[in-house]
Amino acid sequence: MEKDSQRVIVTVVGQDKVGIIAGVSGILAENCVNILDISQTILQDFFTMIMIVDISQAKVDLQQLQNLLKEKGEQIGVKINAQHEDIFKFMHRI
Amino acid sequence: MPINFMPEEIMETMHMVQVDNLDIRTITMGISLRDCCDPEIKTVAQKIYDKITQKAEKLVQIGEDISKEYGIPIINKRIAVTPISLVGESCEHADYVLLAKAMDRAAREVGVNFIGGFSALVHKGFTKGDEYLLSALPQGLAETERVCASVNIATTKAGINMDAVYRMGKIIKETAELTKDADGLGCAKLVVFCNVPEDNPFMAGAFHGVGEPETVINVGVSGPGVVLHTVRSNPEADFGTLATLIKQTAFKITRMGELVGREAAKRLKVPFGIVDLSLAPTPAIGDSVADILEAMGLEKVGGHGTTAALALLNDAVKKGGAMASSYVGGLSGAFIPVSEDAGMIKAAEQGALCLDKLEAMTCVCSVGLDMIAVPGDTSAETIAAIIADEAAIGMINKKTTAVRIIPVPGKKVGDRVEFGGLLGTAPVMSIHPYSSKAFIQRGGRIPAPLLSLSN
Repeated sequence: MEKDSQRVIVTVVGQDKVGIIAGVSGILAENCVNILDISQTILQDFFTMIMIVDISQAKVDLQQLQNLLKEKGEQIGVKINAQHEDIFKFMHRI
Repeated sequence: MPINFMPEEIMETMHMVQVDNLDIRTITMGISLRDCCDPEIKTVAQKIYDKITQKAEKLVQIGEDISKEYGIPIINKRIAVTPISLVGESCEHADYVLLAKAMDRAAREVGVNFIGGFSALVHKGFTKGDEYLLSALPQGLAETERVCASVNIATTKAGINMDAVYRMGKIIKETAELTKDADGLGCAKLVVFCNVPEDNPFMAGAFHGVGEPETVINVGVSGPGVVLHTVRSNPEADFGTLATLIKQTAFKITRMGELVGREAAKRLKVPFGIVDLSLAPTPAIGDSVADILEAMGLEKVGGHGTTAALALLNDAVKKGGAMASSYVGGLSGAFIPVSEDAGMIKAAEQGALCLDKLEAMTCVCSVGLDMIAVPGDTSAETIAAIIADEAAIGMINKKTTAVRIIPVPGKKVGDRVEFGGLLGTAPVMSIHPYSSKAFIQRGGRIPAPLLSLSN
């Protein structure tokens, strides 16, 4: 499926602990997903990490990546979502 | 590459979906069946089945793909077809139940939960095909699982066909009787309209109008929970501020519909039709239009002030939503289906919300008396009179109104009926005990109204 943009927003929410970034970025690296930007913050008492990644060169498609990240999230006890960037673009940018 | 979003923006979207039940209520594919005519009814049925299963083959899969990739739930994938009264018109002595069954089989084959368009437009009178359809309605609804039906009995420009209104009263009674083992469930799939829109994606009233293209994708968004969150977070805001906040929220909700609609249309290679700006509640806690009205400051929905609160809500949703979408259509307004809205159910059970207040509310919102359960011994004439009242509101106010009413066999006021799933739970509501029989039996048409001198 041809898309204008191949950027995906990965959000990680949960208790802060050692190894979250390593765990998530490991999965991304293994699958040739390029990290464009990372920010982390505490929102409503939860550790929140937001990554913008590019999957144009990735070895897996978005749905497979979502499954891999979900598994990883369950292992390390955080909630990981990966969503196509357009949902945020449409909602927050006119 | 610069980061385009604030973390708060990202988390706001996530919160809307994960906590406030924001979802795309339906992607509805409209399919024209105008080329399925044949003098032989069995051939028509086969053509209907073939065309639907071919056009909608990928609808469900593509809906699910989009849902996953964007992380937004798409609750229903549905199909709307050309009113069947037109499609079977060229048959002699046709039994349209066969066509309803063909639709049902096709819906099951492609995996959609509802298919709309077992419909007729009779606001000025009946053709042969309309007659076939109306006579097949009770059995068609009783013997299928997924088929939805609608009948338009009035328009602002034509007036109200009171013969059709009376027929619908009788048909609703008969449908309830035929589906009495399921508490009259057949009636939950039958809507009687005034000024029916031809591009509505929501069931049970969806059909593919005659002015529509060969195939089309229409989208219905939902998001009472998100609006509720906004209203609750601003308990002190005056009405101007509140309306602005609701507009902003409606804008964001509708953008999701626009995105999903465009993407679905692109992947299915069909034109994108409209986004329907409705606030469609579900029985889920917090996903309720009634709760929004109460959050505005009413002790109970149905109390004095409810109509004003709903008018503000409905208008703000439209204003915000209209800017968010390139094409807006369908029903576009807040829905107030009693059985599908936890807050409405509660208010009706406590006696705070009565049929008369609901009727008043339909003057300022979409759509009408929706999913109302009434006692099983309600007469066909009384049901017809309820339909006539609602049609009069739509006709005079140049808006869509509808009635979806279930006279539940064997049930009395105060009983509860479980329809299950999105159709929810309905408390059986009381109606006026006085007879409308002589009025309804007059027959004929109520003439179209004067549209000037408008007071």
